[in-house]
Formats: sequence, C-alpha cells, structure tokens
Amino acid sequence: MSEQTPPTTSRDQSSRAVGVGRVLIVIYAILALGATARSVVQILTKFDAAPVAYLLSALSGVVYILATIALVKRGTPWYRIAWVTIAFELLGVLTVGTLSIVDPVLFPSDTVWSYFGRGYVFIPLVLPILGMIWLYVRRPAKVAA
Amino acid sequence: MIEWFTLAQVGVAVAAGLFCVVMGLAGRNPNDFTMGATALVELLLVIQLVVAIVAPALGNEPSGSALEFWVYLVSAVVLPPLAVFWGLIERTRWSTVILGVACFAIAVMVYRMGQIWTVQLA
Repeated sequence: MSEQTPPTTSRDQSSRAVGVGRVLIVIYAILALGATARSVVQILTKFDAAPVAYLLSALSGVVYILATIALVKRGTPWYRIAWVTIAFELLGVLTVGTLSIVDPVLFPSDTVWSYFGRGYVFIPLVLPILGMIWLYVRRPAKVAA
Repeated sequence: MIEWFTLAQVGVAVAAGLFCVVMGLAGRNPNDFTMGATALVELLLVIQLVVAIVAPALGNEPSGSALEFWVYLVSAVVLPPLAVFWGLIERTRWSTVILGVACFAIAVMVYRMGQIWTVQLA
C-alpha cells in the first residue's frame, strides 16, 4: 500500500515477517485480540469501576493491533510506526505496572498492563523488548536506524 | 461447563503446544502430527462450544459474565484454524512453532473461561 519504496537494495532486507519474526507477529496478534476483546467487554460491563484503566486498556489494544500491522508491513514508515508503538507498549507496561502496585483502585488487576502484565503471564512486559531486538536486527538500512 | 472436561482440555492444549514448539524448534515443518495435535485442540473447543450452549438449559449456568465467557470462546474457536491455515501456506519450521503458540493461547483462554464459569471472587 505504501507508495514509498524501502531504501534498501535487497527487497527482502526490510521485511520483518520472516523466520522467528513470524512467531513474534503471531504472539502480537493474539495479544492484540485478547487486550482489545477484553477491554471491550470491560467497558460494556463495568466501565464505572475504573474508567481510566479500562480506557487505557482499550487504547493498548488498539496500539497492539497497530504494532502487529507495522511489523508485517514493509517500508521505512511502517518501521518507524513499529518502533513508536512498541516503545509505547514498553512505557505503558512499566508505568501502569508501577501505578497498579502504588494505587490498586485506579488500576485494578484485570487490565493488560496491571502488575507488569501478570494476568497475561508477563507477556506484555517481555514482548516489547523482544520486539525492539527484532526491529534492531531487521533494520532496513543503517541510515534509517 | 463440565469441570473435568475443561481441565482435560487445558492439559491437551498445553501438551499440544509443547509438542509443536519442540518440533518446530527442532526444525520440522508442519506435518500430520503437529497439525493433528492442533486439530485435536480445535475439536475439543467445538465440543466445549456445544457444552456451553446446552449447559445453561440444564441448570449449569456461568457464575461470571456470560458475555466475557463467549468472547473468549469465540476467539478461541477461531485461533487453531488460522494457525493451521498458516501452516499449510507457509511450510517452514516457524509455522510449527506458531501452531504451538496458538495451542498455548488456547490453554490460557480455556483456563480463564473455566474461572469465569465457576469461580467468582466478588
């Protein structure tokens, strides 16, 4: 869909959807599905209990979806979007993880990022780090990174 | 929801997940065994789907949010076919690992479904 061509000479160089990266993308897709579906249910059924936390959950779900797409797509713009979304997730899990311990009322235990993603086997904490390593390994060109 | 069946289902999904991830990391492309294990996980999900439809009529109702339960169940039913579909078009060892990842996700989702149906804290 992108009208810009990647700056690399080899056409496969810029793709993130190869080898072990595919596994990463699938885990991202499952997390995106889980976080989005769950936050929709929470907003529909118990929004008043913790509006901030559940809205943030919904936002995180959308960002996970965007990150999944950005990991699949080729080209430098998508590479940048992947970095931004994955960095946002790491920031989110660290911030909300800390806040949920400090203030359990504002951030109940059943959001994606609460207690550093404990309800999701800490995948939300580990995945952005793996994602960043993968993005670094598969950087389109030295100039773009 | 039938408790022993749900527990067995989680066990089968974990075993299938381990099997597929190990086979994938050992360099095997998706084959009849790993695809079959994933298909078995899907079959159990379909049975669970039928159970979840019939059970409330027999007085076995979810103690938690039925909406949340169904979101999990419908998402879970969709996952294994997608993973198998991927394994059919993309015949690399990473597709085998992906089958395993899908099975693990199912295990977690079914476990959560069991919690929603039977255990309520509030």
